Amino acid sequence: MRATRFPARASGPAERVAGFVAHLRLNGWRLGPGDTAAAIQAMTAIDATDRDQARAALKVLLVPDRDRWDGFDALYDAYWLNAGRTRERTAPAAHVRAQATRPTLWRPHFGTEAEPEGDDVGEPDGTPDIGDGAAEGSDGRMIATRTENLSKRDLRELMDEDEIRAAEAAARRLARAIRERRIRRRRAARRGDGLDMRRILRASLATGGEPMRLYRRQRPDRPRKLTVLCDVSGSMALHARVFLAFTKGLVGAADATEAFLFHTRLMRVTPALRDHDTLRAAGRLSLMAEGFGGGTDIAANIARLTDGHAGRALGDRSLVLILSDGYCSAPPAALGAALERLSRRAGRVVWLTPAPPAAEALTARHMAAIAPRVDRVMRAATIADLAALEAEFARL
Amino acid sequence: MTFEDLKSRLAEAAYVASDDLAMALHLALTLGRPLLLEGPAGVGKTEVAKALSATLGTRLIRLQCYEGLDAGQAIYEWNYQRQLLALRASGAESEGAVFTEDYLLKRPLLEAITQERSPVLLIDEVDRADEAFEAFLLEILAENQVSIPELGTIRATATPHVILTANGTRELSDALRRRCLYTHIDYPDREAELAILATRAPDLAPRLARQIVGVVQALRREELEKTPGIAEMLDWAAALGGLGLNDLSDDAGRVQATLVCLLKTAADRDAIPREVLDRLVGRAA
Repeated sequence: MRATRFPARASGPAERVAGFVAHLRLNGWRLGPGDTAAAIQAMTAIDATDRDQARAALKVLLVPDRDRWDGFDALYDAYWLNAGRTRERTAPAAHVRAQATRPTLWRPHFGTEAEPEGDDVGEPDGTPDIGDGAAEGSDGRMIATRTENLSKRDLRELMDEDEIRAAEAAARRLARAIRERRIRRRRAARRGDGLDMRRILRASLATGGEPMRLYRRQRPDRPRKLTVLCDVSGSMALHARVFLAFTKGLVGAADATEAFLFHTRLMRVTPALRDHDTLRAAGRLSLMAEGFGGGTDIAANIARLTDGHAGRALGDRSLVLILSDGYCSAPPAALGAALERLSRRAGRVVWLTPAPPAAEALTARHMAAIAPRVDRVMRAATIADLAALEAEFARL
Repeated sequence: MTFEDLKSRLAEAAYVASDDLAMALHLALTLGRPLLLEGPAGVGKTEVAKALSATLGTRLIRLQCYEGLDAGQAIYEWNYQRQLLALRASGAESEGAVFTEDYLLKRPLLEAITQERSPVLLIDEVDRADEAFEAFLLEILAENQVSIPELGTIRATATPHVILTANGTRELSDALRRRCLYTHIDYPDREAELAILATRAPDLAPRLARQIVGVVQALRREELEKTPGIAEMLDWAAALGGLGLNDLSDDAGRVQATLVCLLKTAADRDAIPREVLDRLVGRAA
């Protein structure tokens, strides 16, 4: 969270409210001058000296969705109660990142060391690294760890232009194979965009030649919803480049696609991947992928998907594509149960693993739990492999 | 009407509103902006509109959205059969004569803006309609007008109080969100739920009410496919009241049987066997 110092020299309530809107903007909220005007207007409609009323009014007015609804109070305190000092006192253990009045997007260009100065409230931004990050055990064997790797890895390193383009092209073809079972021929429908002339004329015979009832036709095409879950944990680091580009291609190819990244947490990245500017998309992703390359708990992440995002991402016409090697810190039974719930909610579930069959000894028990609960397990490590799957996707 | 007035008048209409929600309604009324309500199923999103229309003493016009909802169902449609008959009867000379308001079938959105007194317009589950419909909606919400190519633009005689509800079937567009005030309604906490139960079922014994709320709150923490909402809780309270039970621990068999009011899938019913229910009741007491 970014804190703005309360403007002690602000001249009046209007300026303070405007300052608050600017403070929200700095924290990535998209608010226009109209919102500022509405906020000031709202202050006149309530008893603005009552702190609870003012808070509720600004919250209702400025919050656009669920995530920000939950985050509003912290931002409100940070501004009106002076840089979040109250919050800091009540919860000293909470890690508060403060200062840096630069918009989020610029940060990759400045690097993290250019952050706090004269910051007497929160801890400095240099987030301590918890754990060593790579999913490697002390005995040199790869194990999935629960450790959150908080070092930010710049995803732009992982994406170079040509590779992105090839992966995206493959993804687009796949997306088309999945979706393109549209029917061109119109069918009779209660409400449609075309008239069913043949039927109208036939029915008009019953009313003495008057076309009293208009019958309609429509193309019965409902695009299939695609949901991609991409594993970016340490064990997948080698393949992350290809799979991320592939995910971006899938998201770009169809409107009804949702994309999530997961390691120890699950993040919805659809809006970031839809960014037309590829570099900026990568910048946004790397901001989100804090902990990228850490350990995995696949079962918990799938459960999070079914619990939290199910309404948006799942449905009986949806295809869920999980890109993961099956390295999971949860026991196989938990993974199986999570998949079972997922497959009940989703139309089709496909597991795409980059691991060659030889490397499967480590994940054999997990893969055994996975295989019977998904519709298909496929293998692909490179872009060529992915492109070759097109025929198989067309049959799904 | 101030914010406190509104809250107490909603309470008179048997709706217990949180501060956030009451403020949202208050601002929606004073600023004339639509209000978008989000939250899990069964927390009383639709009920808000009913309570508001009762409070204001105006009509409630409801539009239930569904996939494939089009302008003809939501805004207006020409009464084709009447037009055809009129043309035949008049000898088919003036085509323009049949494109008048007499031949217009008003659907909820058009109806809402042509009322004499501002009605409450409830657009339920707006996220189930498709993006194309959202575009129609934007014109009406922003400009309070409907364009009919054959007739021209119909302006609102009275601005409706618009309430939209959504529960996350798909992501709503930024344009729509920007035009609306927003409130997220979550399941109520224990005190709020007790207050709701007391308003809706005043003759319930306080001890039983506490037990009911305790069990329902505990059930919401269990891993269920369909979490019971407030409506389910009220149904259950009515069922227990109807059976004449005074204490949930009295007759475990019958209480178990009444769980049909709360648990709506087979898996959920299996997830709460008698022993689990006994434990929940024991803890709630």
